[in-house]
Amino acid sequence: MAPLVELEGLEVRFGRRTVLHGLSGSFSGEAIGLLGPNGAGKTTLIHTLLGLVAPSAGTARLGGFDIRRETRPLKAATGYMPENDAFIASMTGVGFVRLMAELAGLPPKAAMERAHEALFFVGLGEARYRRLGTYSTGMKQMVKLAQAVAHGPSLLVLDEPTNGLDPPGRERMLELIRQIRATGQARLLISSHLLRDVEETCDQVLILKDGRIAAFCDLDEERRTHRRWIELEARGAGPAFLEEIRRSGCEVLWTPNGRGRLTLPDGLTTRSLFEIAARHGVQLVRLSYKRDSLEELFFRAMESLDADL
Amino acid sequence: MPIYKRSYERYQGPLTPEWLRFLVPARYAWQELRERRFFGLFLLGTLLCPVICALLIYLRHNLGALEALRLDARKLVPIDEGFFLFFLGFQSMLSFFVAAIAGPGLVAADLTHGALPLYLARPLTRRSYVLGKVSVLVILMSLITWVPGLLLVGLQWSLEGDAWLEAHRRIAFALLAGSWIWILVLSLMVLAISAWVRWKPLAGAALFLIFFLGGALGNASNELLGTHWGQLLNLSHLVGTVWVNLFGRAAQTGAGAVFFRVQARGGQTPEWAAWAMLIGVGLLSLALLHRKLRAVETVR
Repeated sequence: MAPLVELEGLEVRFGRRTVLHGLSGSFSGEAIGLLGPNGAGKTTLIHTLLGLVAPSAGTARLGGFDIRRETRPLKAATGYMPENDAFIASMTGVGFVRLMAELAGLPPKAAMERAHEALFFVGLGEARYRRLGTYSTGMKQMVKLAQAVAHGPSLLVLDEPTNGLDPPGRERMLELIRQIRATGQARLLISSHLLRDVEETCDQVLILKDGRIAAFCDLDEERRTHRRWIELEARGAGPAFLEEIRRSGCEVLWTPNGRGRLTLPDGLTTRSLFEIAARHGVQLVRLSYKRDSLEELFFRAMESLDADL
Repeated sequence: MPIYKRSYERYQGPLTPEWLRFLVPARYAWQELRERRFFGLFLLGTLLCPVICALLIYLRHNLGALEALRLDARKLVPIDEGFFLFFLGFQSMLSFFVAAIAGPGLVAADLTHGALPLYLARPLTRRSYVLGKVSVLVILMSLITWVPGLLLVGLQWSLEGDAWLEAHRRIAFALLAGSWIWILVLSLMVLAISAWVRWKPLAGAALFLIFFLGGALGNASNELLGTHWGQLLNLSHLVGTVWVNLFGRAAQTGAGAVFFRVQARGGQTPEWAAWAMLIGVGLLSLALLHRKLRAVETVR
């Protein structure tokens, strides 16, 4: 797969302050998540990749377009959803999205059609003739997504897409992102400081800290290769029960108070554990299915960068 | 993609030419202005003076009408440089109000809630954005100033003949150049103020303040310091000075609407100084626009 983001010694300075320190690397996921604590440089990297901020040194390519030399085709191929408020209060939802689609180059009639479609897609079909100034925070987030997708770009750059959303709104936003990704018609670069958002929508993660790349990981690969953990609490678990569990291929770490941590081999499901427990008359009180989470990867990356510095 | 499908689909249809993209923000600004009824009425009202001037020109050349109205052609206003300087001054005063009503919303609305990054994340440069917004004011103000002015010149020429045009050859050029100086300086100023204060009502108020307070300050400093250089703060005086010289009349005669009357008291501002100040105001406005119209504000 062609790289989505290529960085070649990319450096960004604001006055004397260096915000991005010579980033390099090539990242080719279908959906790349940009993770990092606040102030890590995620939004600056996005602005630089979009040509909104000029790099002080080095260069980069987004979707194959050089950010210094090919800004126009890059911008034409990209849909951008900014982190902060971005709307014109006096315009209606459909008017605003249409304007943005026309600015991207769509003829007025096509822009109008796509604006309606985009607003229905994000769930604002009924509110599309209302002025944006009257929209709730969640609706404003959705209209930002609508304007980013209205012109049908092949690249989508979403900066903190779930910002300010309540849990149902957040689920809806993540579902929309997953839907876009599933169509295979657009590649995504998603910035967030929420690990779960990135984990649920991306296949690769670039972790930034203090303007440096702290880690890059392929989540799909991690999911495939990392072992799965089960936290188990059981009543009446004797040596015979634990022995049979071990024989099934699990690694078992058990404590005398009836709690333990199991590492499941590929192919073994929790159903097998219930069957073993039933055979030994063991009552499973709690079973939480865990895998090596992005959270752990993230904190490992933070710690390793701290150690390097 | 029909709306009931509600899925994402890439657009693969035709695109509009990039060099014409600046017309998109201009068209939307027009659309918004069209929805304001008061503005439409005011715009219509600005045609009153050109209509009266056309009637005056017509009357001067229609003996039947003069007899019927028992008017003496010699007592009617002469159609000369003074007539058109007055016309330009009056219409420019109206265009100032039009710019003050229409201008502040052009940029402030995009900046108030951070819509500018969305414009600039698309294939639209800052230059195209400003060009689109300025073009709205330029077209509006042109329709009030030089367009009807040149139509009146054409009417007078057609009724009076080539000899009149030969004797008053400066008028057409002065109307066009005088209008464009005013239009460009005012348009850039309105956009710069709008980008600076980012709030429509305040931007309108700031424009009036700069014009009227500048004039008052200029007069006050002239009185206090016994000089005439204070007038450099008075934009309408500066524009009036340039116009009077373009029309080729002695500056101290004073002409144009009250708004632009060049005052004889305390001496006159040299033409070069007026030009320099107007160019300075234009450049300052451009610099302000360059500074304020950025996709991303960075903290250094």
